[in-house]
Amino acid sequence: MSAETGTYLPEGLPRPGPAIDGLGAEFWEAAKRHELVVQQCRACEGFQWGPEWICYQCHSYDLTYTQVSGHGIIYSWERVWHPVHPALQEATPYLVVLVELPDAGNVRMAGNLLGDRTQDVVIGAEVEVAFEDKGEGEGDEAYTLVQWRVVE
Amino acid sequence: MTEDATMRGKAAIVGIGETTYYKRGQSPDPEVKLVLDAIQLAADDAGIDVRDIDGFAAYANDRNDPPRLSTALGIKDLTFSNMVWGGGGGGGSGAVANAVAAVVAGYSKYVVVYRGLAQGQFGRFGQGADIPVAPGAMAFTAPYGLLSPAQSFAMRIRRFMHEHGAEQSALRAISLATYRHAQSNPRAVMYGRELTEEMYDNSRMIVEPFHLFDCCQENDGAAALIVTSAERAKDMKQKPAWVLSAAQGSDYRQAATAHNSPDYATSNFKTLAPRLYAMAGVGPEDVDVLQSYENFTGGVLMSIVEHGFCEPDEVNDFFTLENFSAPDGKLPLNTSGGNLAECYMHGLELVHEAVRQVRGESTCQVPDVNVSMVTSGPMVQPVSDLILAADRGVDA
Repeated sequence: MSAETGTYLPEGLPRPGPAIDGLGAEFWEAAKRHELVVQQCRACEGFQWGPEWICYQCHSYDLTYTQVSGHGIIYSWERVWHPVHPALQEATPYLVVLVELPDAGNVRMAGNLLGDRTQDVVIGAEVEVAFEDKGEGEGDEAYTLVQWRVVE
Repeated sequence: MTEDATMRGKAAIVGIGETTYYKRGQSPDPEVKLVLDAIQLAADDAGIDVRDIDGFAAYANDRNDPPRLSTALGIKDLTFSNMVWGGGGGGGSGAVANAVAAVVAGYSKYVVVYRGLAQGQFGRFGQGADIPVAPGAMAFTAPYGLLSPAQSFAMRIRRFMHEHGAEQSALRAISLATYRHAQSNPRAVMYGRELTEEMYDNSRMIVEPFHLFDCCQENDGAAALIVTSAERAKDMKQKPAWVLSAAQGSDYRQAATAHNSPDYATSNFKTLAPRLYAMAGVGPEDVDVLQSYENFTGGVLMSIVEHGFCEPDEVNDFFTLENFSAPDGKLPLNTSGGNLAECYMHGLELVHEAVRQVRGESTCQVPDVNVSMVTSGPMVQPVSDLILAADRGVDA
């Protein structure tokens, strides 16, 4: 954890927002409530991620966001050593993991793996979601990131 | 495939031109001037008046649009203006394919394929965008410090290495071969800067598993080449580099956001490679020399596997400096130095080198080249490929 802010990566990185057409807004609203949701088709019940306006499997436009357990499996990972953003100058190394969600059709989400930045990361390890509240104050400036922690 | 449905032997690359290649920020000229220079050099090399160019094909959202270029050059009739969508160098060979299509369809006489990049003028690819909000798909990566191309692709490579037991030495062999070849090439930005195993091993980590020398450069410069019909190519100044096939492709849902492409540990050539070989009428065993786009060495690793040069579980044995070295390695690779060590001209410099190998003019010439191949842009969508040959391979 960064000593200054208590969050895994410092403030100053781009904060998440919906697409210009609004796609994805529900996910970030749910994250603020500490709920993990994934887009699901009401017609065929298929999951998909990232969000899209159409179900790629049955072509229905009737899509919703369904809350899932937050249990995941590490599918791949990387440890970043070279900072490519001003906010990251003092924040390396840090870990990014790609997590598969077995109860959401094995869709994947990227996030940071919380804890020791030098830890050995094992593909196939079980992880659970951790919600990280960030941003300044209330309203639009506050947001919540969906992070991951190894299940001990 | 019927004769009508193929471009095989119906067009050739007849001219190549490129500016001096610079480290990013060191070009004395603005990007558009670099492009105009490269186009004129390509026309000179082809032995045509630059005003005879009537088609323009580019890729990677090149900022220098054909209306401006053709106006600046006094082109008499702009018959074809074309862009391959998608970022990165995935469209390098695809732009050649489109140029050939325009020539074969009878739209154009001489199509120029070009790419200009002045990262000094317009911003670096290797840096994350310093913006307050990451919208849409970017929201699922950027706030987690997943910002740069190296960071976007490292997890695909890591997964491939996990599935197939590939070792760091396989990545290192690619980097060492490109740097070795650049030492013979005075155009190369890394000319005179030898790379040893020890230097690679001790170089700083960018993002695991990529060391510094696994990553392409950031450069300024421009490159251009001229495509024309078989009929014209036969009697021109240069020995034609015949196009046996050129195509673009992208596997099922490869552009799924937030790293959700169903097949993840892939360079995205699995559907394209069989089509490419079928049209060319050759297979990997016929390829004399390969130019394979290196955004990062790991992309080359998967590209070489997916084009059938070796099995995925054999990479640790096949990926050696010896095998990739000109003139007599099993698969001479990136013989000008490529994106890693010649210049990151978004892979168009790889097409130029493939042409030079056909002409017999490379600074790391492979003897008796007939089939000279290019793979463009691993891990992006779409990707593209090109097979050139010294023999036209069809009845003239």
